[in-house]
Amino acid sequence: MSTKIKETVQALLIEGKIKGFLGLREANGNIMPHLFCDPKELDSLSLGDWKKSGDTRYPLNQMMIQLAIAYPNETFAILVRGCDERGLRELFKWKQLAEDKVILIGIGCPDELARACECEKPFPDSLLEGPQGTRVENEKVASIDKMGLEERFTFWEAEFNRCIKCLGCRNICPMCFCNECTLEEANLIDTGAVPPANPTFHLVRAIHMVGRCIDCGLCEEACPADIPLRTLYKKVGEIISKEFGYKTGFSVDEKSPFNIIEVK
Amino acid sequence: MEFKTVLSFCPYCGCGCGLLLEVLDGKIVGTLPSKTSPVNQGKLCVKGWNVHEFVISPNRLIKPMVRKNDTLENSSWDEALHLSATRLKEIKEKYGPDSIGVLTSAKCTNEENYLLQKFTRAAIGTNNIDHCARL
Repeated sequence: MSTKIKETVQALLIEGKIKGFLGLREANGNIMPHLFCDPKELDSLSLGDWKKSGDTRYPLNQMMIQLAIAYPNETFAILVRGCDERGLRELFKWKQLAEDKVILIGIGCPDELARACECEKPFPDSLLEGPQGTRVENEKVASIDKMGLEERFTFWEAEFNRCIKCLGCRNICPMCFCNECTLEEANLIDTGAVPPANPTFHLVRAIHMVGRCIDCGLCEEACPADIPLRTLYKKVGEIISKEFGYKTGFSVDEKSPFNIIEVK
Repeated sequence: MEFKTVLSFCPYCGCGCGLLLEVLDGKIVGTLPSKTSPVNQGKLCVKGWNVHEFVISPNRLIKPMVRKNDTLENSSWDEALHLSATRLKEIKEKYGPDSIGVLTSAKCTNEENYLLQKFTRAAIGTNNIDHCARL
């Protein structure tokens, strides 16, 4: 399923419109991120499907920020799914990337992946290849919402208590671009213990995901303690959508919920 | 311009978690857990996540140093090895081989660790050999 993508990227490279294409490469049975600068390398291009569809997704947007810092005048193309495209829109808004320096090469996710992610929009607008799937209902959030307040609190407390504070959720997050992080500030949060301050640690991160989390799910995939982080941040997204009418990553022009002040 | 990820293994303990080192123009800039590693399946602990930091740390010892008058001074390999060998021999002769202990590291390769235990047992003559992964 990558013929069209290969052809498009090849043309962009040959015409000199991009310096490189940030995507995934398959080598010796492994799939890993790679910057394709030579069209000949494109034979090893992978879309991130290893044993299951989309099971080897990596935070490419995060690497794009590093490339843009090193080469601010160059234009790059990047492989995006629906979530990655939403992420790029927020990164443009937050001035972490320049919109005119990034060309989106979009792939749509198959139903299997869209269902596993309970994805709001499993394809990018820049769709080049792959299906244009439909929205999947948010059943995991709904099942937790059904619990009573006390039961819900006990549930999350038990989940958070398994945390080994690897900070993998933050490290892999393509939307965590701050130079200083609250989670490491002893003045703001109790540090030096495992599990970390419960529930402060996880709720601080959840609140920082307001207007940032684009629901890619990489955090949950990286969690060695299997904490359902994605469900937590999905709930954050749901509240922001309901209270502020803001859908993270759906528009570059829409103002961040942090800028919406309602005077009653 | 070159940006690639290189598959490697975490050197911190004996688990052998697969990780990807992000390399930009020949310099390691970050670490990612490998999703295709059957050992850690896309996850890492806090040490693994920060592997790239010690490689480029300015505190990393990259040349031999010898303590002279209570301060560490740069030295040559010949001088450092000669001093170590002489002192180890003196201590062994005066106090016996069991007065010496050797600590090796999970950051070394299997072969390096084999060599060090061989040196400890055969050259020094003691079973006092241990490693940091016992922590």
